Amino acid sequence: MKNCLIIGAGSDVAKALAVEFAKEGFNLQLAGRNVEDIGKTAADLQIRYEIKVETLYLDVLKFETHPDFFNNLNPKPEVVVAAAGLLGDQKVTERDQSATLRVINTNFTGIVSLLNEFANYFENQGRGSIIGISSVAGDRGRMKNYIYGAAKAGFTAYLSGLRQRLSRKGVEVLSVQPGFINTKMLQGVETPKPLTAEPEQVAKMIYNGFRSKKHVIYTPGYWRVIMFIVRSIPERIFVKLDL
Amino acid sequence: MSKQKISNWGGYPVVESEIIKMNHPGTFSGKRGDTIARGLGRSYGDSSLAETIVDVTGIDRFLAFDDETGVLRCEAGVSFATILEFFVPKGWFLPVTPGTKFITVGGAIASDVHGKNHHKEVCFGNWVSEMKILLASGETVLCSPTEKSDLFYATIGGMGLTGIILEAEFALKKIETSFIKQEALPAENLDTVMRLFDESKEFTYSVAWIDCLAKGKNLGKSILFRGEHANLIDIKDTPFANTPLFYHNKGMLGVPFNFPSGSLNSLTIKLFNGFYYMMNKMKGSGITHLDPFFYPLDAIANWNRIYGKKGFLQYQFVLPLSNSRDGMREVLQAIAVEGRGSFLAVLKLFGKQESMISFPQEGYTLALDFPIMPGLLKFLTKLDEIVLKHGGRFYFTKDSRLDPDTFKKGYPRLAEFLEIKKKYDPDGVFSSRQSKRLELT
Repeated sequence: MKNCLIIGAGSDVAKALAVEFAKEGFNLQLAGRNVEDIGKTAADLQIRYEIKVETLYLDVLKFETHPDFFNNLNPKPEVVVAAAGLLGDQKVTERDQSATLRVINTNFTGIVSLLNEFANYFENQGRGSIIGISSVAGDRGRMKNYIYGAAKAGFTAYLSGLRQRLSRKGVEVLSVQPGFINTKMLQGVETPKPLTAEPEQVAKMIYNGFRSKKHVIYTPGYWRVIMFIVRSIPERIFVKLDL
Repeated sequence: MSKQKISNWGGYPVVESEIIKMNHPGTFSGKRGDTIARGLGRSYGDSSLAETIVDVTGIDRFLAFDDETGVLRCEAGVSFATILEFFVPKGWFLPVTPGTKFITVGGAIASDVHGKNHHKEVCFGNWVSEMKILLASGETVLCSPTEKSDLFYATIGGMGLTGIILEAEFALKKIETSFIKQEALPAENLDTVMRLFDESKEFTYSVAWIDCLAKGKNLGKSILFRGEHANLIDIKDTPFANTPLFYHNKGMLGVPFNFPSGSLNSLTIKLFNGFYYMMNKMKGSGITHLDPFFYPLDAIANWNRIYGKKGFLQYQFVLPLSNSRDGMREVLQAIAVEGRGSFLAVLKLFGKQESMISFPQEGYTLALDFPIMPGLLKFLTKLDEIVLKHGGRFYFTKDSRLDPDTFKKGYPRLAEFLEIKKKYDPDGVFSSRQSKRLELT
């Protein structure tokens, strides 16, 4: 039976994705900070799908704990999903150093620190899959969320390089670029309704992307077009926009 | 946060509310006032409508299951449909279920729902052993028959007025198959159907469908359905023998738009009821899947829309056993004379029940629904008088129009309930449009 580890299992997309893997018979390792809540999700999946689900404490920001977290994993997973993310409040992050670092370290540094462990391990094994949930916010920095966007841009670049390195070693790396999703991350943020997807919908797309060994997917697909247009806007015009 | 128009299953009344989706148990900050929890909105009237509505359908996880005892613990937003989907194939069924599976566990407790087995197995609340409740103070507490038992018993049937149910633990019922041995017995009038109910007391499930438009010597013409869970031996010669626990949430036939109001006139209802009566007279007994047996109308999504945009009113009352015969006769006569047929008229004999403000009590209950048309409210007031005269009472979950006095007369333990509510919600955070209308809060 294959194992799938989800980092940041408390997020709504992670929960929905856990269901997709559970349906396919994967055993799950759910890692995150809120082990009480994650434990409930684990119980639910265990009862529904009769699979093994383990709850693991993990703080993405505690870099020094990452090697031990990896070493203690038993069994080692065949699939790793990096779903941890922190949007932060742009206005706060502009002025508060600790808030800025928290956003960057959650979305980028901490995840990279963890994924490096798995990348090396998978490379040695000659197999494995890494799914990184980045964001369209990383496709072009915008004044509304550029700290978050910059961290996600870094993560996207990391996944791209990792894919190039590992694809020749039998390891798959999938970059996921979601747009707006109706999750607690965006609670209180006004998003255009027709462009806001449900976590379950996004989770299905991610699972299908993984199954068909895609490299980069936008969820839903129309974000690829939207971001192509956004990236194509000349800078002298872009600076004047309120996008 | 913006306000949204919302109504429950009857489509009346429609209110504007702020809807807070509870995605994580216990994230609600209390001290708001005029707040009520809401599940799938299958109560008919204004029970789960308020200024602020806490939508609990997002908390929907199974938390523990003991496959020896069948005790299940889950979050309050889990629906009966989900429980059936995952547990029927494992050989377990709901201990009590109403006529729809699209309700949440929290709602089932708040309404203390009943089903076709009330005379033997009482209400859903009877099967609950523990609950986790979010109180007005923001504190989360456990309650059970031994711990904070006042809160426990007041919450069962308490219409959400004591707090927000976050989790519940209750026993499922072991079944060998997902099929029901059903008998359909036609009854030419009220006396016959009541005799059939008496004779069917040993059956786990019994219910009757009444043709409300039958008059004179046919008053109360009905079909009584009674059933038992089929065991393996019962289905061994049927095509289901190899798939005894088959369960499938099949796609539903939907009613895509509201019918023009008035399309259900007395003639169409007459035809429908006549046809139904004939069909069942011929059918007799047999093996049927539990889904159509318990949830015939769930097969038609949004069946409430056949009543048109104006919606409809549900009317359900229960009469004490001693007055049931005379009272029912009087009610049915009034309906037949008026020619206001009800699309659905369901008669059921309740067994004994001890409870604070749960609806059922020993005696006959009749559930009716009427499309909203001119003169309806006046007519229902007439029915109210008959029900009160015979010592009956009304069901919160189906009410959207009663006045406080009429309602309160049927519930002698209301004061006791309100004392407990006050103890756990001293500032009156939880109230619904219904509880205000009935002057309970």
